[in-house]
Amino acid sequence: MSLFEVKNITVSFGGVKALNDVSFTVDKGEIFTIIGPNGAGKSTLFNVISRIYEPSNGEIFFNGENISKIKPHNISALGIARTFQNLELFENATVLQNMLLGRHIYKKTNILSEILFTNKTRQQEREHRLKIEEVIDFLDLQHYRDTLINGLPYGVRKNVELARALCTAPKLLLLDEPSSGLTNEETNDLGFWIKDIQSILGITIIMIEHDMSFVNKVSDRILALNYGEILASGLPSEIKENADVKQAYMGE
Amino acid sequence: MRFIFKTNYAQDINIARHGGDKFWYSLLIILMLAMPLIIDDFYLGEISYVCILAIAGIGLMILSGYTGLASLGHAAFLGIGAYTHAFLLTNGVPFFASIPIVVIVSFMVGALIGIPILRLTGMYLAIATLALCFIAEHVFIKWEHFTGGNRGMPVPQPEIMGMSFYDSTTFYYVCLAFLILSMFAAINILRSPTGRAFVAIRDSEIAAQSLGVNLGLYKALSFAISGAFTGLAGALLAHYIGYLAPDIFNIFLSLTLLLLIVVGGMGSLHGTVFGAIFVGSLPQLIAICRDYLPSSVGSQPGLEPMLFGLILVLFILYEPLGIYGRWVKIKLFFQLFPTYKKQTFKKQKVFTKSDRV
Repeated sequence: MSLFEVKNITVSFGGVKALNDVSFTVDKGEIFTIIGPNGAGKSTLFNVISRIYEPSNGEIFFNGENISKIKPHNISALGIARTFQNLELFENATVLQNMLLGRHIYKKTNILSEILFTNKTRQQEREHRLKIEEVIDFLDLQHYRDTLINGLPYGVRKNVELARALCTAPKLLLLDEPSSGLTNEETNDLGFWIKDIQSILGITIIMIEHDMSFVNKVSDRILALNYGEILASGLPSEIKENADVKQAYMGE
Repeated sequence: MRFIFKTNYAQDINIARHGGDKFWYSLLIILMLAMPLIIDDFYLGEISYVCILAIAGIGLMILSGYTGLASLGHAAFLGIGAYTHAFLLTNGVPFFASIPIVVIVSFMVGALIGIPILRLTGMYLAIATLALCFIAEHVFIKWEHFTGGNRGMPVPQPEIMGMSFYDSTTFYYVCLAFLILSMFAAINILRSPTGRAFVAIRDSEIAAQSLGVNLGLYKALSFAISGAFTGLAGALLAHYIGYLAPDIFNIFLSLTLLLLIVVGGMGSLHGTVFGAIFVGSLPQLIAICRDYLPSSVGSQPGLEPMLFGLILVLFILYEPLGIYGRWVKIKLFFQLFPTYKKQTFKKQKVFTKSDRV
């Protein structure tokens, strides 16, 4: 059975249909890439999945459960984590604090035990920290633990956002243009990391991406969108040869 | 320059980052405890007032500095705390039973007001909290059974272990103890998941939500916690003033609190103390300066609010991080001595923030 399923999703903003009757499924352990020109509805799709936008029609299933009525702040507890196209880090906090927020869904203490900073709270902080150190080692962030996000270069910020998403220990990871703004070297590293996230951590990935060579290298399957509709979906080699996709990207 | 070699996760969890912290803060506490031996009653009273302001500042700092929600109505919480406390004491509730009740009442009021009001953001939230301030003042006037209305209400001065609150030394120690307790409570909140969730809401609501932070719940919680601290400060303020009248808790008091956290330094608990010292001592400084000014300037009635406003504007323009921000810079200057660069604190222009979600 598929891990994740989008069924007949339609989103309209006034008269504009940002997504029109989009359906697809993602299998467990897959790297599934969504491509498409600007304004194709890719980010809208992500925002529908993380329940920031309300679809006018359609349903989304995760692990067989219908998640189209769940509150946005409960999505991450189900095991869906995401990154944002234009970085949404907590700028005036350190890298560690950002990552600790990734552990928010595992919080077991209440406000009283936090005010008294009981042993339980201290223990919880240590456990979170242990988990975070695993992610830090995984993504080579050792140098930046106590640095404020404000003072970090763009590539590292992107990396921290990915790290923060990994700290929630997700089953499904949504990456919105992970390679945009990165240098070639950083993009290469990212390719390895994404492969590792899939193979070592066993996380399914849905990714929006424009860099086609990067897409072809890491993706298992690709979905092409244009004007809110599905142009094509299939293996990277099939998409490369698809006439509709070529037309959408390069004209006649 | 101090280099901290971390060998244990506890070093990132503990309040004191290194031995130097422990040393200096212990020294500060000893100095504060010895204060009654050093200075006379008048200044002891002033320091008690600074402690009270600092507690109220902690409350507003958690809401504005850490959760990023503006409030122009915090005088209302000071009033709620003061009147509840005075009412309970008048009805024979002992001091140490009254204080927790005051804290709980202000917490509940904060939560109740917070739930509807915090659906608003930015300017609209500021206006709503401004309204809260006026409504509260009106309630204090009209609810005569509880507040004594415009006639006002005397605050009974209780005795603790045979020591009267009329004695400024006793009152000073009570205020200092509550400030230290409040400080620890605030630090503990801020270093645990709840405090981090507040910071997350301040910096990016959308990311906070996607990480599982329930925005409505945590905003209301922040408002409630903020109300609780400010209510506690209100209870102590009642003793300091001695006689409650509704017009004490007016908009000007709210603005003073706002001035306190901005001048002290947004987003730092140190800032609340710096700000409280500043706000507490400013009227005295003005009074002293008044004697040296020409009488046409010195006797102007609006001198104090005007100076407050001027200082607020100057701080926002030249030192947005307040006195604490300046303190950090000075400290770093000496730590790095010959190699300090002005650019260290220059705010980078960033173009990555966007309204698109």
